Amino acid sequence: MLGRTLREVSAALKQGQVTPTELCKKCLSIIKKTKYLNAYITVSEEVALKQAEESEKRHKQGQPLGDLDGIPVAVKDNFSTSGIETTCASNMLKGYIPPYNATVVQKLLDQGALLMGKTNLDEFAMGSGSTDGVFGPVKNPWSYSKQYRERQRHDEHGDSHWLITGGSSGGSAAAVAAYTCFAALGSDTGGSTRNPAAHCGLVGFKPSYGLVSRHGLIPLVNSMDVPGIFTRCVDDTAVVLGVLAGHDPKDSTTVQDPIKLPMILGEMDVSRLCIGIPKEYLVPELSSEIRSLWSQAADLFESEGAKVIEVSLPHTCYSIVCYHVLCTSEVASNMARFDGLQYGHRSGIDVSTEAMYAATRQEGFSDVVRGRILSGNFFLLKENYENYFVKAQKVRRLIVRDFMNAFDSGVDVLLTPTTLSEAVPYLEFIKEDNRTRSAQDDIFTQAVNMAGLPAVSVPVALSNQGLPIGLQFIGRAFCDQQLLTVAKWFEKQVQFPTIQLQDLMDDGSLVLENGKLTSVSLT
Amino acid sequence: MWARALRVRFPVPLDRGRGFASKAGPQGKVQEVRQGTHSPRLASQGAGRVPAAKIEHLERLALVNFGSREAVARLEKAIAFADQLHALDTDGVEPLESLLEDRCVYLRSDNVAEGNCTEELLRNSHHVVEEYFVPLPGNVSLPDMVNKTPSPTAE
Repeated sequence: MLGRTLREVSAALKQGQVTPTELCKKCLSIIKKTKYLNAYITVSEEVALKQAEESEKRHKQGQPLGDLDGIPVAVKDNFSTSGIETTCASNMLKGYIPPYNATVVQKLLDQGALLMGKTNLDEFAMGSGSTDGVFGPVKNPWSYSKQYRERQRHDEHGDSHWLITGGSSGGSAAAVAAYTCFAALGSDTGGSTRNPAAHCGLVGFKPSYGLVSRHGLIPLVNSMDVPGIFTRCVDDTAVVLGVLAGHDPKDSTTVQDPIKLPMILGEMDVSRLCIGIPKEYLVPELSSEIRSLWSQAADLFESEGAKVIEVSLPHTCYSIVCYHVLCTSEVASNMARFDGLQYGHRSGIDVSTEAMYAATRQEGFSDVVRGRILSGNFFLLKENYENYFVKAQKVRRLIVRDFMNAFDSGVDVLLTPTTLSEAVPYLEFIKEDNRTRSAQDDIFTQAVNMAGLPAVSVPVALSNQGLPIGLQFIGRAFCDQQLLTVAKWFEKQVQFPTIQLQDLMDDGSLVLENGKLTSVSLT
Repeated sequence: MWARALRVRFPVPLDRGRGFASKAGPQGKVQEVRQGTHSPRLASQGAGRVPAAKIEHLERLALVNFGSREAVARLEKAIAFADQLHALDTDGVEPLESLLEDRCVYLRSDNVAEGNCTEELLRNSHHVVEEYFVPLPGNVSLPDMVNKTPSPTAE
């Protein structure tokens, strides 16, 4: 069951081949088995089992709510969940229990999805490795895959060379990649969904800005944040997006144009497609393996009749700098709400309000968060506002124009790498600080957030080390369905292999034949 | 099959001499950005030191303490990184404030639709008296923060 698509499992549930409770219990047991991944901060076992019970009743009465009824999902811990601790992996919000559900969470629950738990992340979604949260780093399930381990020379049983998931939504990525759930919510501000998706061999989707509600998503950068979706195949993403997309009266940045629902991806006529390859994305730091796969992907489209052209996004090299200024500035503003008074951590200092605020923020925020707040405040100082913040806003318009020009020249979809390399070992990743790493790792992904475009990372192939590599497709604003249709066609061509997780294979949970998942035992 | 490699689309090895197609002029910091690397330009080229008074000012505004010399150095590097923007000519370009600037953004009608959740909202606060959040005296000036002990998480 675990290896099937969402629609297949949904059909199986409707036909009674499996019950929501069985599915729920299986996922809970896998969560326990894969605890060492540290993907979950909170496992909402009781909640999930209760939801499973209710889903079962509905199925017995022949009244399931939809394709997500009875399906285990996970949610990144920066989405508010009523009655369930929401921490953003920060001391500032440890013990904080929101009194409401984020709109996207509510939509999933209204469709009967089973909430397995809240997943781990970089503190306040700041980072590109999922290594900087107070609950510790998330480990990439591929570190323990047969495909990776059989190509390593060091001791197989040693654990010191485990790999990062990428970030900041690494917990959600690990949760889906390790079969603990069928779909997970992440957030994407500069690539936080696409980056870990590429490193964990998953489909990581960033919707158009304004398509999906941000109400309840603890904000990082209001003008760039969007909820992101992790799944094991593109069709599943379409199912989830169909549930989440749409105007929300509680979020005035969601647009009101009606979109076609449910989202069913049709067949693609590749010969009518025009693919753009941005030449500025060909940077020296790009690994040769990814460069080669990128080239092969372009060739594949061309060989099937698509028009593949080189395009130019001239301001690309300024994009990461612009993002850095806008991001830290908005963060400085958004983090100002954490003062210990109404919610969250409160320091014991009792001298004065200001002293209490300062101490609270000192104790509650990590170095990374404090660093970004201070940088942001610097750029927002009166003397710097024009030169840095407004300047960055102007550069942002130039970057948006670059994309518009590329699409106006007839391009339907852009094809780029998602990351510079495959997932790296944790010990190597931490050699540089958070800001440096983010500036390096977000290189292909953040420009998309600045332009508010939809983008998706699709797993393509395994590297020589046996690790996943993904490529990114970028579409026009609000052409999410077309983008996913292209991605679905591509996914079918590349046939990315299933992860061979030794633990789950040893106990018969996952059964593979020739690298393909044939069946999963539910006992 | 998918895996066949046709003609090599991208030249190998990369021609490092070719700059990126940036519209900015070739002088100053742009040179660094164009010379075939995306790694952030760190403070090696004499990043300006931020004066102590400015540091104090920032700490007071943000109510966040730097905590260590390293944190100040990181700010200086962040500023040096951001300075690369100045090489780009943005004359006549309007700042982009919202991606939805061409649309009419939805506004709710001014009617009370929900509320009466006082208890739930007060529940998350550490110090509440009746239905009030309880701060501390606000007329006490903040002591000098620069000399505070570093945070437990500072390296």
